[in-house]
Amino acid sequence: MNAIILTALFGIILMFGGVFFKSKSTPKYVAIGGLIIVLIANCLELRNGEPFFDINLNDMLRFTSFNLTFLSVIFSATLLYFLLNGRDIEKVGTNVSEYFALIFFVLCGVGISATYNTLLTLFLGIEIMSIPLYILTASDKRNLKSNEAALKYFLMGSFSTGIMLMGIAFIYGGNTQGSFYIDNIALGEGKMPVMIAVGLVFLLTAMSFKVSAAPFHFWTPDVYDGAPTVFTSFMATIIKAAGFIAFLRLFENVFGKVQPQWQILLAVITAATLLIGNLTAVFQQSVKRMLAYSSIAQAGFMLLAIFALNEYAKEGLVLYAAAYCLASIGLFAILIRMNDYTIEGFNGLGKRQPLLAVTATIFLLSLTGVPLTAGFLGKFYMLVAVMNDGHQKWLAILAVLCAAISAYYYFRIIQAMFFKDSNEAPSEIWDINPRFKALLVITAALIILLGIFPSLIADWLHY
Amino acid sequence: MFGYSVTFPHLLVFVPLIAGLIIFFIKKENSAKAISLFASIVTLSVSCFSLCYADNKDLNWVPYEWLKYIGSSFSLGLDGMGKILTLLTAIAFPVIFVASYKSSYKNANVFYGLMLLSQAGLMGVFLSMDALLFYFFWELALIPVYFLCSRWGGERRIQATFKFFVYTFAGSLLMLLGIIYVYLHTDRTVYAAHSFSINSFYSVVLNAHQQNWLFWLFFIAFAIKMPVFPFHTWQPDAYEQSPTSVTMVLSGVMVKMGLFAVLRWLIPVFPEAVLNFSNIVIILSIIGIIYASLIAIKQDDLKRLIAYSSIAHIGLMCAAIFTVEQIGIEGVMIQMFNHGINIIGLWIVVELIERQTGVRKISQLGGIAHTAPFLTIMLVVIAFANIALPLTNAFVGEFMMFNGLFKYNIWYTAIAGISIILAAVYTLNMVKNVFYGNSNGLTVAMKDISLNEKMILCVIIVAIFLIGIYPQPMLDMAKDSVSLILSRFK
Repeated sequence: MNAIILTALFGIILMFGGVFFKSKSTPKYVAIGGLIIVLIANCLELRNGEPFFDINLNDMLRFTSFNLTFLSVIFSATLLYFLLNGRDIEKVGTNVSEYFALIFFVLCGVGISATYNTLLTLFLGIEIMSIPLYILTASDKRNLKSNEAALKYFLMGSFSTGIMLMGIAFIYGGNTQGSFYIDNIALGEGKMPVMIAVGLVFLLTAMSFKVSAAPFHFWTPDVYDGAPTVFTSFMATIIKAAGFIAFLRLFENVFGKVQPQWQILLAVITAATLLIGNLTAVFQQSVKRMLAYSSIAQAGFMLLAIFALNEYAKEGLVLYAAAYCLASIGLFAILIRMNDYTIEGFNGLGKRQPLLAVTATIFLLSLTGVPLTAGFLGKFYMLVAVMNDGHQKWLAILAVLCAAISAYYYFRIIQAMFFKDSNEAPSEIWDINPRFKALLVITAALIILLGIFPSLIADWLHY
Repeated sequence: MFGYSVTFPHLLVFVPLIAGLIIFFIKKENSAKAISLFASIVTLSVSCFSLCYADNKDLNWVPYEWLKYIGSSFSLGLDGMGKILTLLTAIAFPVIFVASYKSSYKNANVFYGLMLLSQAGLMGVFLSMDALLFYFFWELALIPVYFLCSRWGGERRIQATFKFFVYTFAGSLLMLLGIIYVYLHTDRTVYAAHSFSINSFYSVVLNAHQQNWLFWLFFIAFAIKMPVFPFHTWQPDAYEQSPTSVTMVLSGVMVKMGLFAVLRWLIPVFPEAVLNFSNIVIILSIIGIIYASLIAIKQDDLKRLIAYSSIAHIGLMCAAIFTVEQIGIEGVMIQMFNHGINIIGLWIVVELIERQTGVRKISQLGGIAHTAPFLTIMLVVIAFANIALPLTNAFVGEFMMFNGLFKYNIWYTAIAGISIILAAVYTLNMVKNVFYGNSNGLTVAMKDISLNEKMILCVIIVAIFLIGIYPQPMLDMAKDSVSLILSRFK
């Protein structure tokens, strides 16, 4: 509750503050300060179980330790994102304050879609989350690619929202109680009525759009490639993770009991996502595009959690989201400072900027899933979840083979950084100050710390 | 944070680990060398001390809660088999450091740091008593070696090492699935529904069907690491392209990870499947032995020759393990140590020749005995050990392994026995062509080796004869572990 109200509040402050802020960097500091307050308020709520605000919600939102832990992870990742990329956001255009305001509105949407308890609040959350993103994608106004990406994103996004509404309508019509409340529409065991089944497929499609699961992933590479890189970083990490919690909660609470009936469908989607994401990423020359496809591949791994829907899956999803966000945000932050986005652009980085190269290596190892990094434990939990479910073991085998493929494209960057020399002039131009370096080191250290002691996050879930 | 007292397993893992991390920040080449040598000697002395406290359980066992909600603990233990292999690891690194003391590496601090990290990883593999922890260390030993080979290796290093990495990474991910599957069938512990500890793995109940496919998930990972035919294709390239001191780590110690893992994590966990498939594995190993020996005869490159000879030796060990005979497995345990010592000796000689002449093609060398008599004597002894002549350490091991194989199937023994002859062919051929015959322009200028290199080779030769003449203490060490492994078959 705290988080939703405070993010909206700071969004409004930043939006109107844009008129009054004299210095260009004021919005950044307000945003960072605001986010710290949001994070603390959220953690306090998680600890005490009591929000600051006493509002009658009619049970439309529900705050459990799982939801709140997930939100804390999201807010921490965003804080890191602000700290690492604050100056890059300022460079995108002139309306700096608005970018931060939009990000806060997105976070508000994330808060709602992580805690919804009726299908209406789910819809609201997803929409509040999506609309500011369309604007952010187009924020580089004079760039044609950015505009194209935004239009594509908007059309596809609204289409999927339409499908989602249709699905909600079917479910509303199909249940006997005539209600949107999750408790009322939760299905019992036994065969689904046709209407509900159609609604399920529509909702599955819409959610797959949002988390860019195959075969609904086609917008992803173009949008991620076209958007200003700082916002790609935000979309590919925090938004993606947030989409998954909405997805997970929907399928766990509403369709959990009829899992056997839709599980095979999800297995196919997961397998397709893993294969398409990984195999296409192999052929990319631009690191930005490769990271777009790798985000599809990583989404495939996170889909395993929704496939399995057990305790391991829930705990694992939180860890996976944290690991993935940390590593990708770090990697994008380095990429933003490069002039040349191709893999060759990374040649010889190990010599010119050893610290950047070492931290980038840790991020890449984490994305690959090498032990001692948080990424390994995320993947490990997903595999345990699938094996524990036990129905489609081939999915686990496919997943590990895809992880081995992912080593191929992640390691190409490592090879370029350390083992190849560049003949051309240094390709990174933007400021790399000690503060930025320190933040990268902290991010890398966090990844390793979580890789050794995942209980730092996981224990919160056992409250 | 790790329990109350410091024990041997702690020291064996953390001394190299911490020293390795410190060395990254030491810019001066000489101090980096000196510190890494010092750290490895400290590790060696810890390892020697641990031999004296054989039965003290408090000192050799560390259980520490780590991921308690999923039932994994940070438990390291030092049993007989672990002692043999940690001793090998502890001896190998100082020897390697001294032997390569004169080679200079760019960014020496990173090189030595990574070397020590890989030592820590290897120690962890040999010590871990928890399947998840084992997997952690299994991968951790790989990553530093990947960077070492790709950074300091030969011309085709990037491709060769990457092949090696992807092979082993894919293999170990399959093993991870296997570990998870077994884990999900273990009993409840206090905090978690299942457990990764070695004891629960040894007492897990799996039916024949489950064991059969789990066997392959584990075996492929280990077979790639050893490597056993047909999973060996990464190895000659990786050995050839790596800098020689890294090749010593790879062939002297790392390939033992595969054999060790079979003994600790495969044979006792899936006894039924082992009996089912032992025939296939032994046949594969024997094909590998003969095939690798024949290729070794044809090789002109010293490094590739030794690489193929190593495949043959490892194949024999793998075959002996799967006979599931007491004497054969005891032979393997002692042979793992011997093979490590011998092959490191061979690599040192290759390194010395290459450093002085700049080549390692057998056809371009010759007559080194005239200019470097001491080196030649040393090499001949090591070469004899490589052929397993009596009095040398390898004789004891190979004798026991053949004994085990003989009990299993006499024809297999006969075919595998050919490898002894083939080993003599390629090894003696190499000795003849490189060290005797006429000197040429390259070798005539060669100097004999210096004092510290002499010392190192002497250490190796002392070890060769010591174990060759009096192997009993080491056999005693191995005995309990072997009985424990075989107790699952009764």
